[in-house]
Formats: sequence, structure tokens, C-alpha cells
Amino acid sequence: MSEEKPIIVLENVCKYFGNFKALTDVNLTVQKGARIVVCGPSGSGKSTMIRCINRLEEHDSGRIIVAGNELTDAVKNIDAVRREVGMVFQSFNLFPHLKVVDNLTLALKLVRKVGKPEAREIATRYLERVHIPDQADKYPSQLSGGQQQRVAIARALCMNPEVMLFDEPTSALDPEMISEVLDVMTELAEEGMTMICVTHEMGFARSVADQIAFMDAGEIVEIAPPSEFFQNPRSERTKLFLSQILSH
Amino acid sequence: MIFEFGLIFGSIPKMLTGLGLTLQLLLLSSFIGLVLAVITLLMRISGRWFLVAPAVVYIYIFRGTPILVQIFVIYYGLPQFEFIREGVFWPFLREPFWCCILALSLNAGAYVSEILRGGVLGVDKGAQEAASALGISKTQSFIYITTPIAIRLSLPAYSNDIISMTKATALASTVTLLDMTGVARTIVAQTFAPYEIFISAAIIYMVIAWMVQKGFGMLERRMSRYIKATR
Ligand SMILES: Nc1ncnc2c1ncn2[C@@H]1O[C@H](COP(=O)(O)OP(=O)(O)O)[C@@H](O)[C@H]1O
Ligand SMILES: [Mg+2]
Repeated sequence: MSEEKPIIVLENVCKYFGNFKALTDVNLTVQKGARIVVCGPSGSGKSTMIRCINRLEEHDSGRIIVAGNELTDAVKNIDAVRREVGMVFQSFNLFPHLKVVDNLTLALKLVRKVGKPEAREIATRYLERVHIPDQADKYPSQLSGGQQQRVAIARALCMNPEVMLFDEPTSALDPEMISEVLDVMTELAEEGMTMICVTHEMGFARSVADQIAFMDAGEIVEIAPPSEFFQNPRSERTKLFLSQILSH
Repeated sequence: MIFEFGLIFGSIPKMLTGLGLTLQLLLLSSFIGLVLAVITLLMRISGRWFLVAPAVVYIYIFRGTPILVQIFVIYYGLPQFEFIREGVFWPFLREPFWCCILALSLNAGAYVSEILRGGVLGVDKGAQEAASALGISKTQSFIYITTPIAIRLSLPAYSNDIISMTKATALASTVTLLDMTGVARTIVAQTFAPYEIFISAAIIYMVIAWMVQKGFGMLERRMSRYIKATR
């Protein structure tokens, strides 16, 4: 890796929900252009970790620095971080009452103060990029799950983020729609987008990731390049997880 | 008992002389009530105790007591106080019309704010998180995402409330107002034909309720386009 400053740094991050410790001393360094896949059993803290990165959850101790901004209570820093970080959710989370194009332009207009014609132009460009330019004037409910998730990806991309976070983007999809979303994500990776992606699509992880992180019980147990991760997992927990997930 | 259908339909035109006042009571107090409801809702969800507490007390009082009692308290009770009679609002508060508007509006404000709160709580959290992730502020998110969705969710209950209000306006007749029920009571006093007269009043109230229901039904369908829409 280069001398360049990492775009995301997590240092000894801990997070509690009441008395329950959801993250324990999580350390993670993400260089620009890195593609990190996060996997692990349900409830292991994957969502919590990436939601801390854009402050949808507040961490209780440790440090999180994104593009040079440390996440604290300072609203200014939170806004700065959210400008750099796009997020895609498992359940799409589109704005149901707005047409596809308005889903894409809302934040452009409100946050970036882009004028209406220009916002529409940007939206069209990103809809083309996710291969659904002809759905601009439909409502989300009129689209298939795969199309909705691609709208969600386009919506995040419109803001021109440095990093994209994906939280199980294909888990809510019917099997036949998974590949259309993974294809878009692979294209993004090829274009050099920095991404952290929680997923159990091991084929995608193998071909796209340069690091795979395995989480269990709120800890990053192991992080390694795909070849090493799949062939020589160091921890017993990783082995067990891999045997379960690859057996079917 | 002999029913005079002629009298039922014959008295409808006379009854309509009270319609204007009934509609005034309904529209004015629905409007003021809605404004109060929105203010109360914002206080209720502000998360600040000194705003939440008065809102909760207000809602509790007005939902917990009959409108008739509220009208009596305002109309007969308030003038007992010297400072009310000397106050700037006295020209209004000595008019039965404005006393009814006040009672009906306060009532609507309390009920409707709870209806709207239900709507706000019903808005999916995911959309709001997506907005935050995009850098949209809490206020903007409330205006552009929560509000339109909450309004649609609230419409069916709101339309019910307007229908209840329509019927509650009849209580105005108890403080001498000649709304439709007031007119009906006057006619009954003259003709001694309570059944026919009140039935004809009932018919008009039913027509109004039907129109309110139809109107809101149309609005609801329009606002639900994004849900019902098929592929
Ligand atoms: N808002 C919350 N309140 C309480 N507990 C939570 C909350 N969010 C997550 N948790 C708990 O934290 C743990 C980690 O959750 P999560 O990060 O969603 O796991 P994963 O995404 O790996 O399935 C789980 O045990 C979950 O029950
Ligand atoms: Mg999760």
C-alpha cells in the first residue's frame, strides 16, 4: 500500500447497546480504493460497525476518522463525513412517496444546493450507470427488488462519495435479482470506488475484495486477502463459519 | 303513530337555513383545530419536557371530557371571571358562536394531534436513516419525508374525526345558536312533530358525512398512488 493517508481509520472502537457490548476494540484501516468485504454470523456487529462509520450509530469509545474528520458530537464533522460516505441498506430504504428521479435529486437539492435541471441531469447519468434510465418516472413500489436496490445505489452515488458502505445489499432480494446488483457493485469496484461491503456472497468476495474481514461477537477476528482467507483461515471461528457458509 | 313524509321533506328547506352556521362551525373549527394539532404535535415530539408536558396535559384534558361540558364551561364558566370580562377576548367570549368555535377547535386540536402523531410514528425508520446517510438534516427530513408520508397515514383517521366534528357541531344548539339542530328544535317547538323534523335533520347530517367521506376517500386514493401503483 502507498504512503497515502487512509480514508477510514477505526481505532479500538467499542459500542454498547445498554449493557450489551456490540463492538469490542474494533480496529480497521481502509486505504483509498480498497475493497473490503465484511462477513460473520448474524448479530456479530457487522451492521453496527459500518453504521458507526457514518454515525448512524454513535460509538462509545475509541476513534473513528473518515477522510480526516474525526467523528465526535460536532455536527460539522458528521456532515463532512456524510458528504464523503454513501450507504446502501439491506431493505433499500427508498423514499416511497417520491418518484425514482426525485429519490435521486432530493439530497442533491437539499444538501448540495444543486439547481433542478442540473440535479435531474446528474440523476439521469447515475440511473444509466446502474442500467435503469427508463425507470426515472416510476415510484419505487413499481420496481422489482433488484431495480430498487440499484436505485438506492444510484441515489448514494449521486452525492459523489469517496467511500460506499453496503450493508447486506442482496440479502433481501429474490435469487434471480442478486446478480444484477452484484454486477453494478463489481463495476463500481472496477472503477476504483473505495467500498466496505457486508455480504455473504462469497463468490463476489473472492473476485472483488482485496481484504475479507470476519467478525464474531463484536470483534474483527481475522482480516486477510481472499486467497489466504479461504485457504488458510487462522482462527477456528473463521473455519467453522466458512464450513457452514460454503457447505450449501 | 302517523308518519308524515311530506313534513320530513317539506321541512328540509327550512332546515337548510341552519346549514350555513353548521358549516361555518365545522370548517372554522376544523381549520383552527388543525393548526392547534400541528403545534401540539411538534411540542409532543420535541423531546423537551417543558414543551411535551403542556401538550400532554392539554390532550389529556380535552380527550377526557365531553365536548358539551367544555362548551358549558367556556360559555357559562369563563364570564364568572372578572379578568375575562375585562380582557381583550371578551367581545369574542361573550358570543356563543365563538365559545363553540373555541371548544370545538380545542377538541379537534387534541384529537387530531394524536392522529398525526400516530402517522409520524408510522413512518418507516429506514427512509429517515437513508436521508441522514445522505446528509439531509433532521428538519429537512421531517419536512420532505416524514410529513408527506405521515399525512397519508393519518388521512383515514382524520376523515373520521371530521365526521365526528360534523355531528359535534349540533351541540351548538344548546347555547342558543341556530345551527341545523337549533333550527330543528325551533321548528319542533312550533309544529310538535319531533320525529319528522329530527329525521329530516338527520338526513342532512348524513349527506354531509357522506360528502366528507367521499372527499377524503378521493384524496386518500390520490395520495396513495405510490403504493397501489402496479407494475
Ligand atoms: N438498536 C439496537 N438496540 C439494541 N441492540 C442492538 C441494536 N442494534 C443492534 N443490536 C444488537 O447488537 C448486535 C449486533 O447487531 P448487528 O450489528 O445488527 O449484527 P449483524 O449486522 O452482524 O447481524 C446484535 O446482538 C443486535 O441484537
Ligand atoms: Mg446486519
